[in-house]
Amino acid sequence: MQNNILICGVGGQGIVLTSKLIAASAMAQDIPVMSAETIGMAQKGGSVFSFLRLGDGLYCPMFPEKTADLLIAFEPAEAVRMLPYLKEGGKVIVNTHPIMPVTAALKGSSYNGSEMLEYLAKKVDDLKTIDGEAACKEVGSPRALNMVMLGQAVKTGVLPFDIDAVEEVMKKTVKPQFVEMNVKALRLEI
Amino acid sequence: MHKEFLMGNAAIARGAIAAGLNVISGYPGTPSTEVLETTAKCNDGSLYVEWSVNEKAALELGAGAAYSGARTMVTMKQVGLNVASDPLMSLAYIGVKGGMVIMVADDPGPISSQTEQDTRKFAEFSKLPCFDPSSVQEAYDMIQKAFEYSEEYHTPVLFRPTTRVCHGYASIEVKDEDECKKNAPEGFVRDPSKWVIFPRLSFAAHGAIEKRNVCLSKVFSESGLNPVTANGGRRGIATHGISYTYTMEAVKALGVSPEIFKVGTPFPFPEEAAVEFLTANGGLEEVLCIEELDPVIERGLIFVCGKYGLKTKIIGKLTGHIPPAGENTCASVKRAVSQFMGVELTAEEKAEDVPPLPVRPPVLCAGCPHRASFFAVKQAMKGKKSVFCGDIGCYTLGNAMPLDMVDTCLCMGAGVNITQGIGRIEPDTNCFAFVGDSTFFASAITGVINAVYNQADMTLVVLDNSTTAMTGHQPHPGTGRTMMGQVVDKVSIEAVLRGIGVKTVETVDPLKLDAAVDCVKRVSAEKGVKAIIFKSPCAVLIKGKAPAVIDSVKCINCKKCINSLGCPGLVIKDGKAAIEASLCTGCGLCSQVCPVNAIGGGENAE
Repeated sequence: MQNNILICGVGGQGIVLTSKLIAASAMAQDIPVMSAETIGMAQKGGSVFSFLRLGDGLYCPMFPEKTADLLIAFEPAEAVRMLPYLKEGGKVIVNTHPIMPVTAALKGSSYNGSEMLEYLAKKVDDLKTIDGEAACKEVGSPRALNMVMLGQAVKTGVLPFDIDAVEEVMKKTVKPQFVEMNVKALRLEI
Repeated sequence: MHKEFLMGNAAIARGAIAAGLNVISGYPGTPSTEVLETTAKCNDGSLYVEWSVNEKAALELGAGAAYSGARTMVTMKQVGLNVASDPLMSLAYIGVKGGMVIMVADDPGPISSQTEQDTRKFAEFSKLPCFDPSSVQEAYDMIQKAFEYSEEYHTPVLFRPTTRVCHGYASIEVKDEDECKKNAPEGFVRDPSKWVIFPRLSFAAHGAIEKRNVCLSKVFSESGLNPVTANGGRRGIATHGISYTYTMEAVKALGVSPEIFKVGTPFPFPEEAAVEFLTANGGLEEVLCIEELDPVIERGLIFVCGKYGLKTKIIGKLTGHIPPAGENTCASVKRAVSQFMGVELTAEEKAEDVPPLPVRPPVLCAGCPHRASFFAVKQAMKGKKSVFCGDIGCYTLGNAMPLDMVDTCLCMGAGVNITQGIGRIEPDTNCFAFVGDSTFFASAITGVINAVYNQADMTLVVLDNSTTAMTGHQPHPGTGRTMMGQVVDKVSIEAVLRGIGVKTVETVDPLKLDAAVDCVKRVSAEKGVKAIIFKSPCAVLIKGKAPAVIDSVKCINCKKCINSLGCPGLVIKDGKAAIEASLCTGCGLCSQVCPVNAIGGGENAE
């Protein structure tokens, strides 16, 4: 068994922690893991991604286009940017709330994500849209987005572990005062 | 042994500790930084860990520790080795007693560097053995071997991973604590015939180094670090580092089976292993070299073919089969391998109806004090002939629109001297040099001394945010903290400048815009060398104030705030300027720019 998972979004959305928790959950089941992510200058408001690979016989932490089983996108335009990596029949989870780049504001562009969501709906058969803003409101924290997305990712059934496994490693990773909020976000029904 | 999920750089650090590390020094630089940070986190009190003031200082400190029998590691990025090259070249002749590994991270792409230089070439130039890991697990295992070879041959060795190995993660086998080596340094033993470099010693050492390297080439050939995978064909691939993993993925996906030569010690080049590879199966017809940065293996194999009279055709970067610059990728290597092995790839159809994607170039953070500093100088110098020499750090991003305040950027500390050179040719220009606090300590002080001594006419602008922000907030001499957790006296930038003889040194908060603009006008009008220190902490490190609020009744929708500052906290919503509350730190700069006082909150809000 091998799983290729791609997480993408914009610097500061909590993508690195999401990637770490998937890796730790897999390791808890004795599944080998490799990953690679954006680090450094690109994190300053730039597009951020994390490649994750689970399973035996892996050489390389990255994978080529058309091989991702699951794309977890924290932002609509970033989902479109990374869509070439999705394999035929692969699944996509996308947060519908757009993040406007500084350059868009300077050029007077009115990017609002809707064009991206229409494109995704046209191209992806197995697409799940998440209103991240509404979900965070329901959980009660603007910083809950990554756990909401992770919870939904587990529901796709692509990942080789269940939500209890994720909750267990999450509790060991985050600070005690954030555990309750994160459990709520992970288990949110959407 | 047990399993852990580690970043490549953390694996290097843990491997060094498992090899009995005593001392580690370095200077931050992507992609090398996390090695030293990991050793500091894992320090049980038995390690000495320091961020040195620059790479030269780090290497010299490491040399002293290694002379004293300590197992020592020095970390830096590839351009840092240029700074450390003076001690490096001489240390190669002197040698060491304790094992000494110089960890230099290369950056194909380049992703966050000025150059695509190849440390394997530096190894050849300095005649030092070099190790090139291809994965996180191999990095962990290989660094331990590097220490052993260093100690056995009394020479510093280079260990050079690339970005994808440094920043890749994997679940790997690591040693339990009781399996780790402990090294008790003997101490420095006085012996001027050994530790004092003189021409006669250098002559003798040079001969000995050449002999040793011939011997090491044989040793490396048999070491298992340069494996040949025999598959029985007449076509071969020679590769290294992360490109080896791309190659293995491609070979698996395409179902082909070339002979594969993985070069883990590019210098001294493992000649005997290369001959074994080239002469397999009655002699290979053709070999494709898949490398990043320079064609080191390719030239090595061409040399071996010439030396041993072999007929194998060697292709790669020099023949245009692999791109001369930039990173390899899974896809680019798969394409190259399929072509080489004669397998047709299905044509990639590109989706054509993709909506235009927003570009997200890196920008100064919302609330970054550098934005205010650049804007103040820009305002003060409006209409005056000026040049703005930048330097290496977050503030290189001051080049982006709409600030557009970086005219030159070369290497660490260069701006201070470049601006003097421009001033010699254009004496009527207001010459500025911008430098961050960490870069100031690392390599700008000599430039200021040069300016004072040679009577230059320039304004030094120190952007002091009290940290090394670009590489992830490392402490430096101005912060008063060390990697051993001590709180120490801060080295004062103002006192350093005054000590050098800069008479006018003004310190001002750049977020107080009017005062900052006044200060720039006043100070830059003086003759000679003068300095402004813009002091305000990095926005990422402080708790922000309440976000600013735009009064939609007062706002005349001129968008001056957006168009003059380019702050990520200012966006357009429904055609009007708006505050992105999740990013705004309430620094108050935009409210000072607004012509109709429509932006409130922030600084003044509770």
